[in-house]
Amino acid sequence: MDEMKKTPHVRRRPRFRAENERKRCVACGVCVKACPRGAVSVWRGCYAVVNDEKCIGCGLCVKACPAGVMHKVENE
Amino acid sequence: MKQQRKKWSDYLWIVSATYFTLGFFNIVFAWLGVICFLIPLLMAIFGGTKGYCNNYCGRGQLFLLIGNTLKLSRRRLAPRWLSSRWFRNGFLVFFLFFFVQMVYITVLVAQGASSLSETIHLLWTFHVPWHWAYPVAVEPWRAQFAFGLYGIMLTSLIVGVLLTVFFRPRTWCVFCPMGNMTQMICKAKNKQYDGK
Repeated sequence: MDEMKKTPHVRRRPRFRAENERKRCVACGVCVKACPRGAVSVWRGCYAVVNDEKCIGCGLCVKACPAGVMHKVENE
Repeated sequence: MKQQRKKWSDYLWIVSATYFTLGFFNIVFAWLGVICFLIPLLMAIFGGTKGYCNNYCGRGQLFLLIGNTLKLSRRRLAPRWLSSRWFRNGFLVFFLFFFVQMVYITVLVAQGASSLSETIHLLWTFHVPWHWAYPVAVEPWRAQFAFGLYGIMLTSLIVGVLLTVFFRPRTWCVFCPMGNMTQMICKAKNKQYDGK
């Protein structure tokens, strides 16, 4: 019990994460603006990349993406 | 939920709205639209990013405003073919054709081979009278270019607003010719870094 108290910052892995279809991504940046965690960025104007460390799988970018290339997938 | 803090660049939709308003009263202001063509290309060529689309596109922000803030969007996903490569490139060719045609007509007017048409070409079909916005002090070719450019800008605004209402905000961006061109430049520039 004491040991558990000493390690309060262990982050549970979220159930979902966002995944981008890079080949079809138009790099418009709508997902970047939609993400409340700042987990999405556009890589050199080519496609959006999701930082799995920050993504909590809320799916807001999935709903915002006008091209429908962002997908909510379950973490293994 | 934590909201992202607003920056100055989040208000560029005001610039875009002002542009369309000014062009309604005086067509010469349409020339400012050249900026919307040059900045994204320069940012892509020299910066290798789509920074214009991502942060500074006032038109895109206008669509977000209509769709998200005013909630005038059905938020349905647009058909998948809209973001397919052939459609995006096909639309780019279509767009460039009308752009070149606009420049060609400007040249004809400058040479005196053709007379100034005080109309704007909307949705690639309709010639809408726009004579009230023409100040007599301007050379005809300058006015012709302004009418042409304003027609292109207004057409994309109308199509973009309709797509925002029927589908998701910024669905226009999926096949926006400027967005496609800048992405092509970025992909060509960054090929060396891309492992995939």
